[in-house]
Amino acid sequence: MRAFLGKRALASLISLLGLIILVFFLSRLTGDPTSLYLPLDASLEARENFREINGLNDPLLVQFGRYMADLAVLDFGDSIRRSEPALDVVLRAFVWTLQLAAITMTLVTVAAIVIGSLAAFHVGGLFDRIATFFSLIGASAPDFWIAIVAIVTISLNVAFIPTSGTGTVWHWILPVGVLFIRPFGLILQVVRSSMITTLGAAYVKTARAKGVKNKSVIFVHALRNALLPVITVIGDQAAALLNGAVVVETIFGFPGVGKLMIDSILQRDFTVVLAAIFVTAIAIFVMNLIIDILYAVLDPRIRY
Amino acid sequence: MTDHLLEVRNLSVDFDTVRGPVHAVRDVSWHLDRGECLAILGESGSGKSVSASAIMNLIDCPPGRIVSGEILFEGRDLLRASNEERRRLNGKRIAMIFQDPLSHLNPVYTVGAQIAEIMTAHGTAKAQARARTLELMNRVGIPEADDKIDAYPHQFSGGQRQRLMIAMALAMKPDILIADEPTTALDVTVQAQILALLEELQAETGMGLLLITHDLGVVAEIADRVVVMNGGRIVETGDAEQVYHNPTHPYTQKLIGAVPGTGEMATPLTATKPLLEVRNFGKDFGGFAALDQASFELFAGETVAIVGESGSGKSTLAKCLLRLIEPTTGEALYDGRDLVTMGDRDLYRMRRDIQMVFQDPTQSLNPRMTVGQIIGEAFAIHPDILAKDKRPARIRELLERVGLEADHIHRHPHQFSGGQRQRIAIARALALEPKILVCDEAVSALDVSIQAQVIALLEEIQNDLGLSYLFIAHDLPLVRDFAHRVIVMKDGRIVEQGPVRQIFDAPHEEYTRNLLASSLHPDPKVQAERRAARQEVTA
Amino acid sequence: MSQIDSAITTANPIYKPPPAWRTTLGMLWRDKFAFAAACILLVVIFCAIFGPMLFEDVATRQNLRGRNAPPFDLSRGWLFILGGDQLGRPLLARIIVASQNTMAVAAGAVACSLLIGTGLGLIAGYTTKTASQVIMRLADVIMSFPSLLLAVIVLYVLEPSVGNLVIVLAITRIPIYLRTSRAEVLEVRERMFVQAAQVMGASTKRIVARHILPVVAPTLITIATLDFAFVMLAESSLSFLGIGIQPPEITWGLMVSQGRPYLTSAWWLSFWPGLAIILTTLSLNLLSGWMRTALDPSQRWRLEVNKEKAKND
Repeated sequence: MRAFLGKRALASLISLLGLIILVFFLSRLTGDPTSLYLPLDASLEARENFREINGLNDPLLVQFGRYMADLAVLDFGDSIRRSEPALDVVLRAFVWTLQLAAITMTLVTVAAIVIGSLAAFHVGGLFDRIATFFSLIGASAPDFWIAIVAIVTISLNVAFIPTSGTGTVWHWILPVGVLFIRPFGLILQVVRSSMITTLGAAYVKTARAKGVKNKSVIFVHALRNALLPVITVIGDQAAALLNGAVVVETIFGFPGVGKLMIDSILQRDFTVVLAAIFVTAIAIFVMNLIIDILYAVLDPRIRY
Repeated sequence: MTDHLLEVRNLSVDFDTVRGPVHAVRDVSWHLDRGECLAILGESGSGKSVSASAIMNLIDCPPGRIVSGEILFEGRDLLRASNEERRRLNGKRIAMIFQDPLSHLNPVYTVGAQIAEIMTAHGTAKAQARARTLELMNRVGIPEADDKIDAYPHQFSGGQRQRLMIAMALAMKPDILIADEPTTALDVTVQAQILALLEELQAETGMGLLLITHDLGVVAEIADRVVVMNGGRIVETGDAEQVYHNPTHPYTQKLIGAVPGTGEMATPLTATKPLLEVRNFGKDFGGFAALDQASFELFAGETVAIVGESGSGKSTLAKCLLRLIEPTTGEALYDGRDLVTMGDRDLYRMRRDIQMVFQDPTQSLNPRMTVGQIIGEAFAIHPDILAKDKRPARIRELLERVGLEADHIHRHPHQFSGGQRQRIAIARALALEPKILVCDEAVSALDVSIQAQVIALLEEIQNDLGLSYLFIAHDLPLVRDFAHRVIVMKDGRIVEQGPVRQIFDAPHEEYTRNLLASSLHPDPKVQAERRAARQEVTA
Repeated sequence: MSQIDSAITTANPIYKPPPAWRTTLGMLWRDKFAFAAACILLVVIFCAIFGPMLFEDVATRQNLRGRNAPPFDLSRGWLFILGGDQLGRPLLARIIVASQNTMAVAAGAVACSLLIGTGLGLIAGYTTKTASQVIMRLADVIMSFPSLLLAVIVLYVLEPSVGNLVIVLAITRIPIYLRTSRAEVLEVRERMFVQAAQVMGASTKRIVARHILPVVAPTLITIATLDFAFVMLAESSLSFLGIGIQPPEITWGLMVSQGRPYLTSAWWLSFWPGLAIILTTLSLNLLSGWMRTALDPSQRWRLEVNKEKAKND
């Protein structure tokens, strides 16, 4: 197990490094920050001054070397826009995203597993057909469209549900609700098909021959086996949320990492972009590790 | 009312399928009493398992449908009982064990938990259930039960898993134990142990044992009475010994006639120069010697059988010989040249001379190709065998040669039965006009009557074409009738080799003797004698 | 099922199969949802190919009197049945024209990633350990990259044109096919019919082309269908965020975004293109589900059983 974790950490470190190098150089190619940060009529001197202060005059490689050296001590530099450490800005936004992802994924997981299992028990029944229908629609709907429709229909008619910002519990309803739909549809389908397979497995027959109650047959014998492929999909979906639900955060003015990244890219705030990528990449690495451990916990045949 | 423990009356079950309903069983009636063992004997598709599934409420409805009949347990009709009532009987009064215990045990729970569950499901307290689980595991002969109770199914051997299934089934001291092909996937020595355990436990508890099997040997070993099924109907029923010695129905007669192990044994050929000479073959899998120092010879026109239990290295030997895997040591001289060190070009040429027939024809034929493409692939790979325009005619000829029709050329493998598929595989091998045919468990997956037909075909081909067979099998009686010489393997080593008569009538090695003693004879009288002899040894 | 299968083979060992295209159509017809999905997709494909040719002019002609014209009003002609946009252009015509870009991006990206991913997957699955390792690590790097972010950055560096969008989206989807095809190859190459071909002396090329690809293909096509929907949504999101296709080119996602300022006064500006996206992705999902059943020999019977009985299953 320990060797496995070490190997995983090393592999992740390498891909993280590749990621950061790629992002750094790509982002420097997007144009000259001075023309974005300073007023259009700023004098050449002012521009030169700005470059000098922020080290933008140095060769790209020097900038990069400096950047990597700082990175080694987790110093991402200050955000040019906000004049405070980029990491602080990112972490503040990340807390919001983390909460949003955690709440959404918990709801999605519970709902999809319960409904998917019950649907699989009576394949072709009314409940199954309704569940399948809605999961398909959910999996097919673009979130920005749902968000817009939700704003039009719900917020304008139900006054206490705000369409933007944070603060009260009510502020969470729309972002969580909209983010819920697609992962729910996808995971429900996987749960259902995986459960259909396991319910046909020989050990389920054994359980029935033993006189085990139906509830135990589904939720004890079949479910734990069915969860393995489900966990993979849950991981993928959670990773997507951790990356920042860009569209939903933008539409609902939610101060998460996704919105921060888009804003920073539009404002060419490189330090923030890099810090954001670094933080989310680490979060996703930790989550993948948890998924791997969950695999081993659920299935005793898996040993790393 | 009857006083039978369990009685099935006029049971008919249909399955709805693509091409209309299939009558899985028709008008089946039998009964089982306390303390007796009833065997339901039948080949695949005979519907032998259906009545057991009906008893356990395990038939999926749909597609299954119980058309008519009654299942009386202590005089009560189970088919009229509610699902909840039947659940309470399952496991507690009537228990069942299955073929292939690995897939029938839940892989993600400990065996202890699974055995205990049958008790807690019927109201036993948890602590008590665990204590009894330990007791049961000891009883069925699991060593170090204290430690193993918290182990998972994959950490046990095949035989141990079946013991665990038995322990599970017996936990509630049921009145009836249904065993569906309980020993089919097991080695002969393990099979003998499991059957002995079942007998012992039956004597101990006085339960009724319903045994579903395709194996006349198993019937001879353990059953008091037998019900023979074919095509969903009961064709014959009666005392096990009676049925074997005086079968009345033609199907039963055919079945008994097809059982191998009773014919004349062949005399070895008197050739001088070997066609194939294997010396010191060895294969290491990361320090584990799957094959160790194997040496033997194969002469033209002869059949050499390699027998052994699972893990004996017999399949590894075949794969090394065909260079599907590379042997670690040794050489194999064919026509004076070493197969092992041969380059790609020579290997390609050699392929024409040494061909293989695999165990499961369902898997060895590409499901997406037609029969014509499958056999024709031989010519596509070796274009110099035959000109393009002559190939279709040759393929038709080959199909007829193996007992199929020339018109089958455009069909896909799934449109054939198992025996027919194996014929296609043989035709494919013959297309290359080989000198040696390696048959890796080539008939193990087939029913007994089909087995006999395929063996007859192989013998016929050998007589016509002078082929040499390397026949790998675990089934000793089969080998007895078919081989000229026999090689016995164990743990990657050749234990003993010699003419078939010597191996079967006067084996030198203890292991060979044990193997022969464990293999079952279809005659209940012979089995009874063997059993008595065995008991004397242990006593 | 095994009991039934064996019963069938005994009862009826050989039967004459109808031609493949007819069985396929028949199986499609049995699943009414999949059939409807296929019809919708055919319409979409037709629009994508011929739409711009037929409606390009109408879709770009501005008409100030028809600004934000409400839907279901036929007084301006049938093209205005879905209403008009903020510049008085008929929405229906614009949706039809926009289908070309939407489909072109998704189809291009899926085709590229499918080809490259499968190729690399076959190599990774059938060659030496080192080649396989390098390819898999590459896939890991791409996977660990936030895909939307990659798109954002690359589009800022490159021009947000159809071609570039295709390249970016294709790169992000390669790992899906790479992993699937590699896993399948590793499994299929151990099957006995592959060994049988090896024993006959078949070359690696032949084994891959004749035995492995045909077995792996159905899975990949099923995934590609599903992925088509995913890529479409990704492109729509990018266009919606203003970092995908730029006006005056149009896609459905861009249309939703353009209608956003008029949400309260003219909901249909965003609603219809969004519905077009949902209908298309839903159809793709349905068809992919049908394919999963139809292309799997062990599941296929579900579609072959008569309708009456299919309901009971």
